[in-house]
Amino acid sequence: MAIDLEQFHQVYFEESLEGLDLMEQALLSIGEDGTDTDPETINTIFRAAHSIKGGSGTFGFNAITEFTHVLETLLDEAREGKRDLTRNMVELLLKSCDCLRHMIEKLQAGEAVDESESQPLIAAFEQMLAAEQNAHSPTTPPTTGTQNHNEILEDSVDTLLNGQSSEKLTTPQANANSQEDSASRITKLWRINFRPEPQILLTGNEPLRLFRELNGFGELNVVADVSNVPVFAQLTADECFIHWTLDLQTDVSEEDILEVFDWVIDECQLDIQCLSEQDNNADSEQEIESTQPEPVDNTVKLISPAKLINPAMSESEPTTVTSEPAKPTVAKESSQNTTTQTSANTSIRVSIDKVDSLINLVGELVITQSMLSELGNNFEMEKVERLSQGLEQLLQNTKELQESVMRIRMLPISFAFNRFPRMIRDLAAKTGKKMELKLNGEQTELDKTVMEQIGDPLVHLVRNAIDHGLEPAADRIAAGKTETGTVHLDAYHQGGNIVIEISDDGRGLNAEKILAKAREKGIIDAAAGLSEAQIFDLIFEPGFSTAEVVSDISGRGVGMDVVRRNIKQLGGRIEVESAKGKGSTFKIHLPLTLAILDGQLVRVGEETYIIPLIAIVESLQIKSDLVNKVTGNMQLYRLREDNVPIIPIYQEFGIEADNTELENGLLVVVEGDGQKIGLLVDDLLAQQQVVIKSLESNYKSVRGLSGATILGDGSVALILDVPGLITRASTRSRNSRRRNKAA
Amino acid sequence: VDLQIGNQTITVDEEASNNVELEGIDFITSGNQYLTFILGDEHYGVDILSVKEIRGWENPTLIPNSADYVKGVINMRGVIVPILDLRIRFDVGELTYDATTVVIVLSMESSERSCTMGFVVDAVSDVLNAEQNEIRPAPPFHGNIQPEYIEGLVNVGGNVVTLIHVDQLLNLEDEGAVCV
Repeated sequence: MAIDLEQFHQVYFEESLEGLDLMEQALLSIGEDGTDTDPETINTIFRAAHSIKGGSGTFGFNAITEFTHVLETLLDEAREGKRDLTRNMVELLLKSCDCLRHMIEKLQAGEAVDESESQPLIAAFEQMLAAEQNAHSPTTPPTTGTQNHNEILEDSVDTLLNGQSSEKLTTPQANANSQEDSASRITKLWRINFRPEPQILLTGNEPLRLFRELNGFGELNVVADVSNVPVFAQLTADECFIHWTLDLQTDVSEEDILEVFDWVIDECQLDIQCLSEQDNNADSEQEIESTQPEPVDNTVKLISPAKLINPAMSESEPTTVTSEPAKPTVAKESSQNTTTQTSANTSIRVSIDKVDSLINLVGELVITQSMLSELGNNFEMEKVERLSQGLEQLLQNTKELQESVMRIRMLPISFAFNRFPRMIRDLAAKTGKKMELKLNGEQTELDKTVMEQIGDPLVHLVRNAIDHGLEPAADRIAAGKTETGTVHLDAYHQGGNIVIEISDDGRGLNAEKILAKAREKGIIDAAAGLSEAQIFDLIFEPGFSTAEVVSDISGRGVGMDVVRRNIKQLGGRIEVESAKGKGSTFKIHLPLTLAILDGQLVRVGEETYIIPLIAIVESLQIKSDLVNKVTGNMQLYRLREDNVPIIPIYQEFGIEADNTELENGLLVVVEGDGQKIGLLVDDLLAQQQVVIKSLESNYKSVRGLSGATILGDGSVALILDVPGLITRASTRSRNSRRRNKAA
Repeated sequence: VDLQIGNQTITVDEEASNNVELEGIDFITSGNQYLTFILGDEHYGVDILSVKEIRGWENPTLIPNSADYVKGVINMRGVIVPILDLRIRFDVGELTYDATTVVIVLSMESSERSCTMGFVVDAVSDVLNAEQNEIRPAPPFHGNIQPEYIEGLVNVGGNVVTLIHVDQLLNLEDEGAVCV
């Protein structure tokens, strides 16, 4: 039984966190009153809690087991229709989701679980359960409900070990029936006689699994009775001759224990007795099958040490398997060691069809490769056509392979969106505003790294929309809007980008207020005349906040500039549109992936540069009559209604160019930060996907460059960073003006 | 012993080179080893353990608006490595790029970051073996090279080899001139 459980910890953490997400979603779908809840919803919640508990038991995370157990007891009652999920309960369950998440995160980081958060919740749950219990059996002292669960467990373990009956244990439940009804929380010792039919193994049932599950309920002692095992010559490998007596010290109800045996109940004789109850109450003995309830002592006697053959253990003493979770300290220590190692490498879940398509592609690639190498082994000139065909195929293969590999990193954006229903619910309660959230395009796929980094900015924007955007219900009615405010979250693909829109139907941005605030804070000059779009852009300036009251939701003015910075770091941009009284829309444009970029190769003199395709508005040949010189030697190109400043790359980068004349020169009009500029280049080369390599890792970041890549011939080409170029150009022109003045 | 490299002649420590012939083990184990190279007619050395490779000169891709000693970046097996010309940085020697012009690729690894850079030098000369007590501090009057770059001086025969701190060399932070 020396399986290293630690290797499964990471999987358990991930599954538990997923389970928690499921639980939360299901909880949120429960309506206001909770009376007509879909049973499937409760089942989902129950199942999630149950598997978290099961796993935690297996790995010895006792704090989680304890906590989920109380949760489960409550849910079980709801599932059986014994109680309705009230709003209070849903609230409490949501809180416990948070608490569990924290606990799991702690464990994942290899830290000790802080029970200060879980204990009050356990107490609250137990109070809730006790309240119900009181209604059923008024004789039950209410104190048991609030008693520390842990204490009960420990006390009962002690008493059981000492073989003495405990006052604490037995007194609260005088009536076994009432105890059943309320799904007892008191630790009891169950004796389970499990006598499987010999053919049980043939049906695919493995008794060890059952025991493992039982083990999840509490402390399990297993005694194997091998008296029926025939002599070796007559032994059939696929039949089971061993009978077991299991002593389970647990606080789960009998139904839960029975549930474990659900699959095998027809193929065994099962007898479950409550031992610790027997002293006081003989009626509590439960018979499940119509088997003769064997006296407990009898079975024990049957085990004669001399006859014992247990394949799992070599000792000849009675095989008492005390399984691991009974030693919490050991399990905890070892779990900590591994989690610190494993928490560093995150993993990703990939759907099997993506993996299949990858394998297919690799297969094709291998075929192409062998075809080409065979061709190369005895090459003659007449085979040149086949060679070029083969190369084309290779190109196709690598392209598809690349796309498939990139798709592995892609996750639907619902991973980032899923936290918002909960957030809206909490915020609605906090702010007292009525609001609803509409999600769209949750299946839009996005690179995992981008997803992880876009989470916080999104939270910020949604919070802002709720706090600053949506008006209180009274104001909304006065403005002739519906009482309930709406926040839309929308994701869709556009070109090589993903666009995420956050829009609300609230009061919209107040341009005058923003302008006044910006002047007050000295962000802009008092005299500066700005367009509306430029004014709205001011909210992204550091230290800007118009909220009159700083709430804990938002209003500290550190947010929006961080949002913009984060988005910029991802190579994206953010835009804001707003109409006063109608609401505002924030649009985030993000590249689909960080590692690969669609680029336009341009040549300037000897150098090749790459302009990200997403930044390019259009490329054109300059007609000199559309060039205007303004404001002292700045050249503008009239592009339809816009005047686009011309920035010759050769000048900007201080290199030699073939063509320094504007007439008939090539202008690549690019856009960044809402500003268009025209880059003068010598030649447009190919468009291709390039792998982005960092300049920073060995050098430093260079303004105007976002990185470098390696071209097909092995040479390095630099990737232009359009927003960086724009700020560079503007600071340079300012500097040169200053220099001119000085001269 | 005189070594002829290109048109440069350098004298290698007699005792050290004898050791090479007689007892190779001694040569390897005693003291620190330095790769020495030539800038103009001066001799320099860097810790040999930080040398990743020595490459021939190839034209790098220019980094716009960088300091004049940053020649650009090259592709070293998929890694973008900046190339700096030490002759310009230390202001010694002539700027010629010919057959013996080589690039010493140095790398430094610390817990926070690892950094790899190539340095253009006139020629690589030898491996020098120096005990700690042989390394003398640089005189207080320094030339073009900032004193923080210099680990010390070692006398090798009739020549003086200046040992350079690799960490300092790879540290571009305080170089305001690079970032325009």
